Amino acid sequence: MDTYSILREFADSWMLLALFSFFVGVILWVFRPGSRRTYADTADIPFRNETKPAQADQVAKEA
Amino acid sequence: MTNSIKLVALGLITLFGAIAANYARDLAYMVNALVVMLTAGGLFLWTLRNADDSATKPDVSGEYMDGVVRYGVIATAFWGVVGFLVGIVIAFQLAFPVLNFEWSQGILNFGRLRPLHTSAVIFAFGGNALLATSFYVVQRTSATRLWGGNAAWFVFWGYQLFIVMAALSYVLGGSQSKEYAEPEWYIDLWLTIVWVVYLAVFLGTVIMRKERHIYVANWFYLSFIVTVAMLHVVNNLSIPVSIWGSKSVQVMSGVQDAMTQWWYGHNAVGFFLTAGFLGMMYYFIPKQAERPVYSYKLSIIHFWALIFLYIWAGPHHLHYTALPDWASTLGMVFSVVLWMPSWGGMINGLMTLSGAWDKLRTDPVIRMMVIAVGFYGMSTFEGPMMSIKAVNSLSHYTDWTIGHVHSGALGWNGMITFGALYFLVPKLWNRERLYSLSMVSWHFWLATIGIVLYAASMWVTGIMEGLMWREVDANGFLVNSFADTVAAKLPMYIVRGLGGVLFLAGAVIMCVNLWLTVTRQPAVQSNNGLVPAE
Repeated sequence: MDTYSILREFADSWMLLALFSFFVGVILWVFRPGSRRTYADTADIPFRNETKPAQADQVAKEA
Repeated sequence: MTNSIKLVALGLITLFGAIAANYARDLAYMVNALVVMLTAGGLFLWTLRNADDSATKPDVSGEYMDGVVRYGVIATAFWGVVGFLVGIVIAFQLAFPVLNFEWSQGILNFGRLRPLHTSAVIFAFGGNALLATSFYVVQRTSATRLWGGNAAWFVFWGYQLFIVMAALSYVLGGSQSKEYAEPEWYIDLWLTIVWVVYLAVFLGTVIMRKERHIYVANWFYLSFIVTVAMLHVVNNLSIPVSIWGSKSVQVMSGVQDAMTQWWYGHNAVGFFLTAGFLGMMYYFIPKQAERPVYSYKLSIIHFWALIFLYIWAGPHHLHYTALPDWASTLGMVFSVVLWMPSWGGMINGLMTLSGAWDKLRTDPVIRMMVIAVGFYGMSTFEGPMMSIKAVNSLSHYTDWTIGHVHSGALGWNGMITFGALYFLVPKLWNRERLYSLSMVSWHFWLATIGIVLYAASMWVTGIMEGLMWREVDANGFLVNSFADTVAAKLPMYIVRGLGGVLFLAGAVIMCVNLWLTVTRQPAVQSNNGLVPAE
């Protein structure tokens, strides 16, 4: 088979499956248990550190 | 030591620019070579006068790098006004061909100014907005200073040099005839260098972040930077005829070249004008509404769905051409599916205001951002619809396409950028508030009415000419000649031009307002007043 046909066959079978599974995986991952609290924290990022970078001691406190 | 290397490099570039200008085979190349020579020569003198290796650098890790963002804001406003103005000129050139003056043929006629307009608004106005906001947002959401020191300045000035070289090249006839990718090979190479440094600065900052998670806006910005790099390199694979001339020959030809071009073209829309600006939406709308994004989960699904789908939508630009049927059907299907993540993003942006809808009445800046998201929703419904083959057979090659592009570009990209500028200027120049909110309202209404005039007139003229082109009489002969459609479009073309004038008037009011904000408003006493209690 020529390169075009091999790539074409691969693209509309295994590659399609891989991409689609990845996408389904992302959705499942997003709804994993405990994600709500993590995302609430992440969504708050714009409301921190607006005027200056986080200082070393501040980071240690958060951790 | 670094300065000596810099001086040697700049000296060599200056010399090369002079040699290139001397051997130049065409005017566009020669003028660009002179620009390179003067820029490098000027930088040589500047470096020489400031060469002092012993000077100690103060520790700046305790503050954000905002100088480059300020320059980016100014450049955005400047290129915006220039791009809109050129747009009005070519709109009236279409309505009144006499405006293609005899004395300016080959420089300022429609064919030369049109790419100048598209590149000025997309890459100069939109690009600078993306540069400035991405540098601002990535620092705040990573809680760290921009990585790479002065590399950010190189990105900014390098990008301006790219814009100036491309603009001069267009009007003097240097173009590789690829829509939205007109710059010739040497300008493409320069942009590639600038873009790789941009990626390094952005990614470096994200990697050095002090926050545990990467905020969703940075995901969008990063996908924009990475994908545009890929698109730019693949679409511009070409071999120059001579190192002393601007002409180059594309590596791919025929339908492969066409498909590559529209894979590039549509993803320039998808990743430059959509993903990048969604990054702006996910930061500035929560900030202005003072509440976190409606659903962070939805934002993640939105991101992955958008980037998985957009990359396949390009073939819808080539319906009923030499492109294989399966490819154009694929493009159509993915374009229609793309409607869902687009509206997911729109809902996420709009619902961020839930519980704060009253702000729409009192805050014209958030009104601007909300109407931007509204226009995003409208044009991402219109786009999938136009990509359906049956609709496309009517809409393609007509002004409907131009109307669609402008409701997206003026409505979504323009308005969200204006909103971001109104947000940024008081913060960046440490001012308490904007000079005038009523001027923002004037801008809002002028721009909105302008877009409505533009989009409505283009719908009318687009569908009209589409119907006129396909109209046949009882014997199967075409009823209208091409010139008949041109004559019938005149009133709509004038309305479109007026819409553009209103939009530009709004942008000028914005520039005045921002200028007065910086010069007339009192500075904030302590810049720690906004730090939340810890």
